[in-house]
Parts: sequence; structure tokens; C-alpha cells
Amino acid sequence: MDSQQPLKILIADDTDSDRLILESIVRREGHVPVSVADGKQAVAAFLEQRPDLVLMDALMPVMDGFEAAELIKAQAGDELVPIIFLTSLSDTESLVRCLEVGGDDFISKPYNRVILQAKIKAFMRMRDMHRVVQQQRDQISLHNRQLLQEQEVAKKVFDNIAHTGCLDAPNVKYRLSPLAIFNGDVIVAAIRPSGSMMVLLGDFTGHGLPAAVGAMPLANCFYGMVKKGFAMVDILREINQKLKQTLPLGVFCCATMVELNFHSRRARIWNGGLPDCVLYRQPDGALQQFRSSHLPLGILEDSAFKDDCLHVDMAVGDKIYLWSDGIIEARNKAGEMFGEERLLAILQEATDGEAIFHQILDAVDGYCGGERNDDLSLIELTMAEQASVVPAREEPREHRYSGLQEWALSLRLEPSTLRLFDPLPLLLSILVEVPGLSSYSGRLYTLLAELYTNALEHGVLQLDSSLKGTPAGFAEYYQLRQQRLADLSAGHIDIRLRHKLLEHGGELTITLLDSGPGFDYSQLRPLCPGADQFSGRGLGLIRQLSNAVEYRGSGSEVEVIFQWDVND
Amino acid sequence: MSDAVDENTLTMLKEVMEDDFGKLIDAYLDDCNYKIPQLPQLLASRDFEQLRRTAHSLKGASSNFGAHELTDLCLRIEQAARAEEEAGLEALIAAAEREQRRVADALCKHR
Repeated sequence: MDSQQPLKILIADDTDSDRLILESIVRREGHVPVSVADGKQAVAAFLEQRPDLVLMDALMPVMDGFEAAELIKAQAGDELVPIIFLTSLSDTESLVRCLEVGGDDFISKPYNRVILQAKIKAFMRMRDMHRVVQQQRDQISLHNRQLLQEQEVAKKVFDNIAHTGCLDAPNVKYRLSPLAIFNGDVIVAAIRPSGSMMVLLGDFTGHGLPAAVGAMPLANCFYGMVKKGFAMVDILREINQKLKQTLPLGVFCCATMVELNFHSRRARIWNGGLPDCVLYRQPDGALQQFRSSHLPLGILEDSAFKDDCLHVDMAVGDKIYLWSDGIIEARNKAGEMFGEERLLAILQEATDGEAIFHQILDAVDGYCGGERNDDLSLIELTMAEQASVVPAREEPREHRYSGLQEWALSLRLEPSTLRLFDPLPLLLSILVEVPGLSSYSGRLYTLLAELYTNALEHGVLQLDSSLKGTPAGFAEYYQLRQQRLADLSAGHIDIRLRHKLLEHGGELTITLLDSGPGFDYSQLRPLCPGADQFSGRGLGLIRQLSNAVEYRGSGSEVEVIFQWDVND
Repeated sequence: MSDAVDENTLTMLKEVMEDDFGKLIDAYLDDCNYKIPQLPQLLASRDFEQLRRTAHSLKGASSNFGAHELTDLCLRIEQAARAEEEAGLEALIAAAEREQRRVADALCKHR
């Protein structure tokens, strides 16, 4: 609203000469006067004309200015309509009444043009500010509504992802606020094809949507990989890398991940940045704490990431407790924190393991004055019989062999493909569809990479690995490789994969056959460690990673056997 | 030059009113011609509240013209009426009637 814009000013005065003077002053200032002679007319004119400002005589017939002012203020509602009373300043009692009925200022007779002009300007500035404040208030409330709607949608999306898990398993108790995701807390749990249970409690830095966004890739990664049978370390690495790639600097996820193997009665624990998690032994109540020994997820590059886990034997009934710092930092009315000591005391004094979970929640709620604390995440995991956790109809074995089981494939790569295409990701994506194999993806990748490089560089392109003995030769080698690849017009590589099931796992046979002349593989035995670190076809590595390696024919065909065992 | 109205006040008022100044004087004098005769009647009927209001209104209107003497008389009538001090009111009202005629004469010259 522009203060220079003409204003509509209501003048209520029963004396004709007073009205005439006020009208003249108002008009001379460029505003529009609306004149009435009593309070009743003033209220009617206000409703009809919606003036920006009211000049109101106090004493008028029919309805006086006090009553009219009160009615006008009530009708104006949120709108600020300044009322300036026209009165002589001699009568304190009526001045007080002017204020009581909502009057904003006074102007006394005789009327002075300069004073009235100044007052009109001041009130218009005040009214403009009032409008801005109200617009901003409305905008804030609109934004807040939008934010809540957006959070609702985000929560639904997250719930759809997260609720595919096994948090309802009989050996899991947990508490997570319905809107915990906006506190940055996330719990995911799922059963591996092998039957073991994986649980991750995460606490993202920050609050609101920034804290929630990271939970989506985390949950997606977790459920996708657990279902496919990836090992805990692979899952941690993948989540770490994904968060590192997607989250801005300074946003990361403190997390504890636990794998419960019901078959071997062992737990594997990785704690990166969360408070200690605690193992409670059912028979004697002994406690064991597992301190964070890693940086949170989403900070380190994959190469620097540490995935070593703690292993612990458990008996049926033993319990592991995980919590985020929400419990420790829960505050009472005096602002003091609940603290880790109180929490551990509950565990130390517990006589019945089954009651601990609720004892902790009651203690925290009680400490906070009976108010439900929304920033509080707690999980209890109990070691149980396998069958009690995974229903019989969902035998782990069935799970394990869903996906690719026994199969074979043969793939021939011709020159145009060899020039531009890297077949390794394709092959690996097929291999990880074998649930048991997926946890060996790293090893299989290295194996395939070595074999394929040999077939391409030494076989099809006929590059001499001895060239790589000197730095200059090394460069020449790669120059030659590039040139020969570009010029390649004939040649091929056959890749054959065959997988069969064994009693506790399976066996993968990898055969690579190239169109090259082969080589005298008898030279390679016995292998001298270190003697051919730049060349020698990486045979040492291939042998290390596989169960058997065999060269055939002229040396252009190699077969590698890789066996895996679920109990590894 | 009459001392019934203040010349400076009138000059400023003229400036504000421009062409409407004559109309303003007419409105004021009409108002006085209506209200001044009411004063002795209201006193006679002892309607002090209405007497106070009428005097208050005349006081405000007169002050705008710089009619200081008349304004002061109206104020005293207003105060006496509020206190219901009958004694002296008659004289004050008679003085106001006289003073108003002087103001009217002075204003007519300015028209």
C-alpha cells in the first residue's frame, strides 16, 4: 500500500462549521472526505465506505463518538482503522474514555492544518506497517501449512520404503516417534536370505526435511541389499558411499548396524557415532557395552571407510539395546539431561529382561514430567530360535535360492563391442542375482577384471606384458593398447559362466576364450612372487581368489572355478 | 479593528478554506443563531446537561475562528453547567449573547 495514494477519511462531527474546516483540510491534503453528523451515521458510513481513517467528535447527538468508535473497532476486525478523536484537551476524563473505546489519538480545536496533516501521515505509515505484518503473518501460516503437507507426503513415501522390513518380528521391540524421520532418526530391519536379521538405527544430523532426505537412500539401499543377501560390510560400504555422494558436507548419519545370526547364535555389531549399545545377558544380567569405533556414515571416502565389526556370542533370550542420543539428552523441567548413567542403571538393576524395554521408556517419560518425548528412538533385539523369527513357510533355504540358481550363459564380444564396451558391470549384475554370490561381488569383480584384461590385452590385442617392466614401457604399452583397439577389425572373446548348486552353497565356473594365439602357460609355473608384478597376467591374484585355475589348448582358453558356502 | 476575533487565526483559516470561507462563516453564524438563543431557555428549564453540551459545541466552533472571548465564556458556561452552579450562569449567558453579536459583526466584515 502506497502512502501517497489518496485516502478516504471519515469525518464525524455534528457542528457544521467544524466539519467544513476538516473537509477543507483533508481535501487540500489530497484525500477524500466522507462527512457525517452523528455516531450512528458514522458507523453506517464506515460499513459502507470502508474509510482508511476516522476523525471522530466525542460529543454528538443520537450516538456519541465513544460508542461509535467501539462499534467501528469491532467491525474493523484485523484491519487497523485509526480513529482520531476531535476534542479539547481540557477534559481528562473524556480523554481516558477515548482511549478505552479504542481511540488512537486526539486532535484539539482550534484545528491546525499542519498538526492534522502530520497525524494523518503518521497513522497511514502505521497502517501500512500493520498490513505488511499481517500479510507476512498470513504468509508464514500458509508456508507452515504447506510445510506440514510436504512433511506428510515425505513421511508417506518413507513409510512405504521403510515398512517393507521386519520390525514386527517377535524378537524386536522398538519405539520411534511417528515423525521421527524429521528428527533425523531412522530404523530399518530386514531378514537376509540366509535367515539372519539385520537392523540399522540411524541418526542424521539436523532436523526437518534436510535430516529426512538421507533416510530415503539409506532405507532403499538397506532393504535392496539385505534382500539380495549382501554381507553386512558391503551394505555398510554402499550406504556410506551413497550418503557421501548425495548428502551435502556436514550432513551425515550416526548409525549402529547389528546382524543377528540365529543359526550360529552370534551377533555382529558396527557402531559409527551412536551412543554405546548394550548387550544384556539374560541368565545373570551381565552387561557388555559396544562403544562407537567408527566415524558416522557419509563422511569417509570408500577407500578410507572401516568396516570391521565386533562379534559376540549370544544365548537365546540375550538382548541387545540400541538408542540414539534422544534418550540420553531427554530433559526434565529443570533442563537437566536424562543421561547415560540413569539409562545404564536401569539395565544394571533389571531383574526381568522382558521388562527392561518398558522400564526404560517409563523412566524417560517420567523424568520428562510425564510428557511423551518425541525425539526418542529405542530398539531391543532378542536372540531367538530361528524358527520363531522366520515363519516355517518362509524357510531361509527357499529365500536363498530365489533368484538365479542353476544356469549357464555364453557371451561373444566382437570387435565393435570390444572397442567401446566394458562387459564387467553387466556380468556382475547377473552374478549378484544369485543370492549367495552377491556377497562375493567384490571378489568376483576382481577375478573377472583380471581374466578379461588378459583375454583382451594379451590375447586379442597381443600386447607383450614384459613391456610394462619400465615406466617408459608402461606408457608405450597403454599407447599401443589404445591404438590396436582402435584399429581392431577381427577377433573376439567368448565369456562363459556356469553356476550350479552344492549342498551349502554353489559353484561358479568362469571360462574365457580369446581369438589370440595363446601363450606358453607352462612357463608360469612355479610362480615367483614379486618376479613379475607388472605383468604375468595377474595369475597369482586369480589363484588367490578362486578355487582352481586351468589354462587349456594353446593358452587362449582359461577356466576358473569359484565355490561359495553360505556358512562363510 | 475589532478584538472579538483573532486576525492571525482568521488569515490561516481563509487560507485553508479558500473559496469556501464565506460558506464557513455562514455555517458558523447559522449554528450560533440556532444555539445561542437555546442557552437561556435551557437554564430556565434547568437542563444542565444539555446546557453543558451546547456550550461545549459553541466553544469548539468559536475557537476555530479565534473568537477567544466567546470561547472563554462558553467554557465557563460549560464548567458551571457541569457543576450545576446556577448562580452567575445567567450573567455568563447574557455576556455570551453580547459577545457573539460582536463576533458576528467582525466576521461579516471578513466575508
